[in-house]
Amino acid sequence: MSAFRVEHATRSSRIGLVVFAVLLAVLAAAPLWGGRQDLRLLAEIYAYVALASLWNLLAGYAGLVSVGQQAYVGLGAYVLFGLTIVAGVHPLIAIPIAGLLGAIVAIPVAALMFRLRGHYFAIGTWVVAEVFRLLASQISALGGGSGISLPIGIVTSIGSRQEREFIIYWLALAILVAVLVAIFVLLRSRYGLALTAIRDNELAARSNGVDVTRVKLVVYVMTALGTALVGALIFLQKLRISPDTAFSVNDWTAFVIFITVIGGIGRVEGPIIGTIVFFILRQTLADLGSLYLLMLGVVAIAIMLKAPKGIWGLVADRFGWQLLPLERRLTMADPAGSGAKARPSGQG
Amino acid sequence: MAPRELLKVSNLDAHYGDFQALFGVSLSVAAGQVVAVIGANGAGKSTLLRSIAGLMPARPDAIVFDGAPIGDTPAYRVVARGVAVVPEGRRLFPSLSVEENLLVGGQLGRPGPWTLQRVYDLFPVLAERRNQPAPSLSGGQQQMVAIGRALMSNPKLLLCDEISLGLAPIVVRDIYARLPAIVAEGLSLVIVEQDIVQALHAASHVYCLQEGRVALSGAAGSLTRQAISAAYFGM
Amino acid sequence: MMEWLNIILQGVLVGGLYAMFAAGLSLIFGVMRLVNIAHGDLIVLAAYVALVVTTGLGINPLVSLLVVVPLMALIGYALQRGILNQTLGPDLLPPLLVTFGLSVIIQNGLLELFTADSRKLQAGAIEVSSINLGGGLAIGTLPLIQFIVAIAVIAALQLIFYRTALGRAFRATSDEPAVAQLVGLDNRHVFALAMALSLAVVAIAGVFLAVRANFDPAIGPARLIFGFEAVIMGGLGSMWGTLAGGIILGVAQAIGAQIDPGWQLLAGHIAFLIVLAIRPEGLFPKVQG
Repeated sequence: MSAFRVEHATRSSRIGLVVFAVLLAVLAAAPLWGGRQDLRLLAEIYAYVALASLWNLLAGYAGLVSVGQQAYVGLGAYVLFGLTIVAGVHPLIAIPIAGLLGAIVAIPVAALMFRLRGHYFAIGTWVVAEVFRLLASQISALGGGSGISLPIGIVTSIGSRQEREFIIYWLALAILVAVLVAIFVLLRSRYGLALTAIRDNELAARSNGVDVTRVKLVVYVMTALGTALVGALIFLQKLRISPDTAFSVNDWTAFVIFITVIGGIGRVEGPIIGTIVFFILRQTLADLGSLYLLMLGVVAIAIMLKAPKGIWGLVADRFGWQLLPLERRLTMADPAGSGAKARPSGQG
Repeated sequence: MAPRELLKVSNLDAHYGDFQALFGVSLSVAAGQVVAVIGANGAGKSTLLRSIAGLMPARPDAIVFDGAPIGDTPAYRVVARGVAVVPEGRRLFPSLSVEENLLVGGQLGRPGPWTLQRVYDLFPVLAERRNQPAPSLSGGQQQMVAIGRALMSNPKLLLCDEISLGLAPIVVRDIYARLPAIVAEGLSLVIVEQDIVQALHAASHVYCLQEGRVALSGAAGSLTRQAISAAYFGM
Repeated sequence: MMEWLNIILQGVLVGGLYAMFAAGLSLIFGVMRLVNIAHGDLIVLAAYVALVVTTGLGINPLVSLLVVVPLMALIGYALQRGILNQTLGPDLLPPLLVTFGLSVIIQNGLLELFTADSRKLQAGAIEVSSINLGGGLAIGTLPLIQFIVAIAVIAALQLIFYRTALGRAFRATSDEPAVAQLVGLDNRHVFALAMALSLAVVAIAGVFLAVRANFDPAIGPARLIFGFEAVIMGGLGSMWGTLAGGIILGVAQAIGAQIDPGWQLLAGHIAFLIVLAIRPEGLFPKVQG
């Protein structure tokens, strides 16, 4: 019989869950109310929310700051193209396989990369991504350095034009939901508790018996899996692949990092807020080309220096909100049974 | 003619976040005087030194040194004015040799009697080990390096934070035996100590802190054991 | 056989340039535990500054060093004092993200100012002259000068670090930032001086890069990676180790290029990964992590 209970939900998180459920229903029905352009834009948004959430999990929770996640985006994409073009696998089956291969490759990569600390780990992941890119450009069956388009036969094997649009859209939404659910489940589990401990004080966590390396490995592999899945889907939609686009630092790391920083690192809601802000900025400013990227850089630096917790961090701290029930609040059961509440322990 | 007042601490408060460590502490050191600050662990002795040294914020006029208010002056400028610190736990620079530790102490280039050679005269064992890495020395020798490093900035006031900590009694006696030579040059000392016997022996005036307040102060010879115990333990 | 010896020799010489890329990086990490992701882009910035100076003043690129080096040092001081000092602390995200943002800003700023066109600085006849070593071996004069300069730079850095008051200040502040204040060192100033020194080295590297090969705003990250690989292979905290790391990288790339031009970069990365796998502390480490 336990003398205490751990509670997760707060009023704002209950509202948040309801909002999410409604939103999900609306978005799932998008093919009914949205046009082709809308579906494509939404799918792109889902991809970025997923990528940013995964990067956030890696950097904000496990303390593994990677600037090389494009390695797995490209890996997932190339596995998709490779399996469909060379091995004749159906694209919809190739996608989960791409995710799986991403996870498998992540293990030896982690074995090497975990030998590096902090900033050097970050650059190391970049080197790995570069290696993948260079290897990909050696694969002549997939177009070598200039890349290749997905053959018509493979494209039509998914379905008719409209069927394809819907299927890819739903797949994007499904992958996003799966990623978010997986992250949520992880954070609610004992691994999540370990992650919070590691984030707060790695040495103390270790001395309390937390197998830090194992936890980090699990998170790294999980992130690689999700990233490869998203990568496969992104390029299925693009219908064309090349080493430079598949492994682009700008598209798959710079933007993702900016989204997470602006939205708020270390909080699950951050990437969602950040993606929305990012896409609003993009719709209004992308014509400016490199000036736009420059501005993003300035904004990211300004936020890092002045508001390091990002937009959601500011809001959540000010109002004590959380959109998802992830807080852990200790409730002591007192003998009188009135269940007096203790102070909340913070999110995650 | 009364010796001039070198350091005057008036009504000093200090906080670590929400925790208040010092409550209205007042203290005075005259030129050429040796003052001891004693008290139990956590009484606020180190906090007092850190505040004087400029490592902790304070009201500008809470700490007046040589006539100038330095309460809000950052540490690296306080040193330039003539206050030097022998930090608790020695805190030598581990990648530097003995001689380099001393040299970096003098990098401000303040004029005065203390040079590398004078420090070696005071602590001959350091001259023998001048090129060894600082961490390779014994505790007592490291303490000498820490004192020498502080002397190299030719200060007017030397703040010594628990120099007997972790050292064998014979080593402590040896070090304290050199203090008169240091004071003879005109230096003033504030000694923070848990070793009351040495502190009372070396100082002319004593302050006893208890939970962040001055519980007792007076000339070293005039305080009874009872009074000190009472102030120390707050009984 | 002679051909292979020539190739390896070229690799050794270019290793000097890589060591210069690495030296600035290593210095900053040693003093303030900061890894500057914009380091490569700053090298490219230096190259463009040299471009402006040489075309504006009509002087030889190697002479332009007299202007570029102090200018970059000044930029380094301002950058550290103005922005990077605020990111230092126990958390490694702020400096990493801020320098990453800086990298994006520099790349795109250069793109706006100079377009993506490839540039190159002309140093005159020295670029094509070579020294015959006999027996079929020959080395280019410019690569040799560059290698000698690299050694001189590393020797100078060692001298500064271990024989001057500035070097003591660097090491003391790096050891114990709080205690350094107690000997009168202003950390903000010391760190800014370190960054100034790092960018002075970056300036030299940038000018040599600009003379040696074509450059454009996007090549920064690759230089960062070369520098980083040289540091890791050589061993953290050891300047001469960094030279060794640079040479290994240069030789690996040269051998790779000889096997197949597309393998040049890959060979370097693989050499790095192998060293990381079998001797992660580097070949000549001085400092742990």
